[in-house]
Amino acid sequence: MSEKNYLTTDYTLRSWLLTTDHKRIAILYFASLIFFFFIGGAAATAIRIELATPQADLVSSDIYNRLFTMHGIIMVWFFLIPSIPNTLGNFMVPLMIGARDLAFPRLNLMSWYIFMLGGCTALFAILAGGIDTGWTFYTPFSSLYSNSYVIVAAAGVFIAGFSSILTGLNFIVTIHRLRAPGLTWYRLPLFLWSLYATSVILVLATPVLAITLLLMATERFFGVGIFDPRIGGDPLLFQHLFWFYSHPAVYIMILPGMGVINELISCFSRKPVFGYKFVAWASLAIAGVGFLVWGHHMFVSGQSLIASLVFSFTSFIVAVPSAIKVFNWTATLHKGSLRFDAPMLYALAFIGLFTIGGLTGLFLACLAFDVHATDTYFVVAHFHYIMVGGMVTAYFGGLHYWWPKITGRLYSEYWARTAAILIFFGFNLTFFPQFILGAEGMPRRYHVYPPEFQVWNVLSSGGAVILAVAYLMPLVYLGYSAFFGARAPANPWNAPGLEWQTSSPPPEENFATQPVVTREPYQYNEAFEAEPQNA
Amino acid sequence: MPEPPVFASQYVSIPHRDHSAELGMWVFIATEILLFGGLILAYFVYRHAFPQAFAEGSQHTDILIGTINTAVLLTSSFLVAWAVEIFSAATAKIVTWLLVGAACLGLAFIALKGIEYRKEYHEHLIPGIDFQLARPLANGVQLFFVFYLIATAIHAVHMLIGICLLLTLAIISRRAPTTRHHTALHSAALYWHFVDVVWIFLFALIYLPGRAAS
Repeated sequence: MSEKNYLTTDYTLRSWLLTTDHKRIAILYFASLIFFFFIGGAAATAIRIELATPQADLVSSDIYNRLFTMHGIIMVWFFLIPSIPNTLGNFMVPLMIGARDLAFPRLNLMSWYIFMLGGCTALFAILAGGIDTGWTFYTPFSSLYSNSYVIVAAAGVFIAGFSSILTGLNFIVTIHRLRAPGLTWYRLPLFLWSLYATSVILVLATPVLAITLLLMATERFFGVGIFDPRIGGDPLLFQHLFWFYSHPAVYIMILPGMGVINELISCFSRKPVFGYKFVAWASLAIAGVGFLVWGHHMFVSGQSLIASLVFSFTSFIVAVPSAIKVFNWTATLHKGSLRFDAPMLYALAFIGLFTIGGLTGLFLACLAFDVHATDTYFVVAHFHYIMVGGMVTAYFGGLHYWWPKITGRLYSEYWARTAAILIFFGFNLTFFPQFILGAEGMPRRYHVYPPEFQVWNVLSSGGAVILAVAYLMPLVYLGYSAFFGARAPANPWNAPGLEWQTSSPPPEENFATQPVVTREPYQYNEAFEAEPQNA
Repeated sequence: MPEPPVFASQYVSIPHRDHSAELGMWVFIATEILLFGGLILAYFVYRHAFPQAFAEGSQHTDILIGTINTAVLLTSSFLVAWAVEIFSAATAKIVTWLLVGAACLGLAFIALKGIEYRKEYHEHLIPGIDFQLARPLANGVQLFFVFYLIATAIHAVHMLIGICLLLTLAIISRRAPTTRHHTALHSAALYWHFVDVVWIFLFALIYLPGRAAS
């Protein structure tokens, strides 16, 4: 390998910190996100250790509040939201559309610095003593009563929001303007449709969170009672504004995962994705309808019954495009030549776990059931099936799929499959018992519980140990692969996407010559399979 | 040493780059609309809950300064639009002066806003710092002033950013203006007009309630 690739053009630290190459910025994000993932994971570990017994033996109730708040804030804003878009998306968007870079490379670098500033601010809030409001910052507790670092933590989230907005903006303009000749919208890989939909949400929802946190922090700092009922403010208004962002944010956290799954399922079934246009528009439908469902977080808040009924209805509607995707993935598998490489194992795990998470979401969209399940472990289990079972699994799947492209190295297939299977079992053992706990009435956010809940909690904590080990494993074998793995060919999976037509790792300018697209995506047909690969 | 390319390598042509930059600014404005939109929504919720208090709060504001400021800002936007329209190498000097003029009007706006804040401070109308109003509607009036202050403060921050943009462009376009500067100016102008439009909304929401009836 004498040719220079994006990793070997320059080895200095300065060349990394001042790079405008989307591939290097993706690596910067990747390293930062691993860091935040393990901080958030450490908090989760402490929570699960505490909950192994009914008594409070590890932490006090106050520390416990700070632990789950830290877990939530770090995982939502400093891992899940930037996870796939800012690492795999940043790396792959220009490669998949045949461009040399994103539309605004310097803005891309700036968004990483803003993200790090936000992350350091949030870390400072944690190190200074933490925050005990829960990740939702509900008023009036956050604005009047909480005796913790609310403003600092909110400032961290506020700052990181601008990074999200700039990334979304960059993706939207890039996908609109920088597609290779011949790459029409309906020839785009579905990963890009879902990143486009995600970007629309990032751009339109994040500013509402910014203004909401600003109002909350103003109330706390000046004591002016914007959400304080004593002087006429309305705490419910905070919840409406917060969830207007935070429900669409759930789709920010799942749409990119769904996008990755399209690539994996079609590649390892050797078939085009079934119903391409439906899957493509389902992403935009989820993004659009996702803006109209936020009230389902507030069924027991005292909002009007009419509002609850409407939000219940729209919540059922938003499940339709998600179901379309699941059915279409299943139809893609049908009569495919399946290969069970590690990325495919993650993809199959995603379909199963996302289906469970999605269907329990329908339970919660029912007013009558939700009244019972609100603030129980049923809700905790539901959103972890989506966020962790869905998004994190898809993230790992995508990471393994594109790893040879990103690093130019192959990883140990044996260990990768072992980790994928362990993650699947560890995850289910951790979170399925929580459905049962929730159905039996165990509330969330308590560090003690009646002894009859212990058996399920022990199972859950045991599963968490397996999950923790399984999440650490890729750090070892992928870390080993990055430095000592066998060299990867340009197209190890024989996939037709543009990203596979350049060398692994790609040169700094991505493509030696401007690629021209002449066919539909996912052409895993006989003609394609007969073509010489890795020529 | 080879000449640096006139446009970055991810673009195929200068118009390609310029249209992308413009699209970027429109997307950014979409974000901004939602930022102010959330604030204005909260304002409407409380105005709906306390219509009389908001009318009374509005009467404590200085509509004269508010109106002058509206005129100042509209004139400033006009100068920027003019600069975009006539931009060329031949008119570099006029463009520079138009942009400096627009930035000065922006500064005048901020100064007038400062005078207004000072006046309200002396009338004890700044919630959280000094708010005294012995009226049955005091709570609602306080909420009105909270929104008034937050909205105008965020707007003023946008103004300051815009003024910096205009002054930077004024300096750049003095020397050898190119199409690249035209694009930058066009995008900055979009932003400046957007800040102007936000003010039109804020003007109606802040200064007009309760005045039509009296």
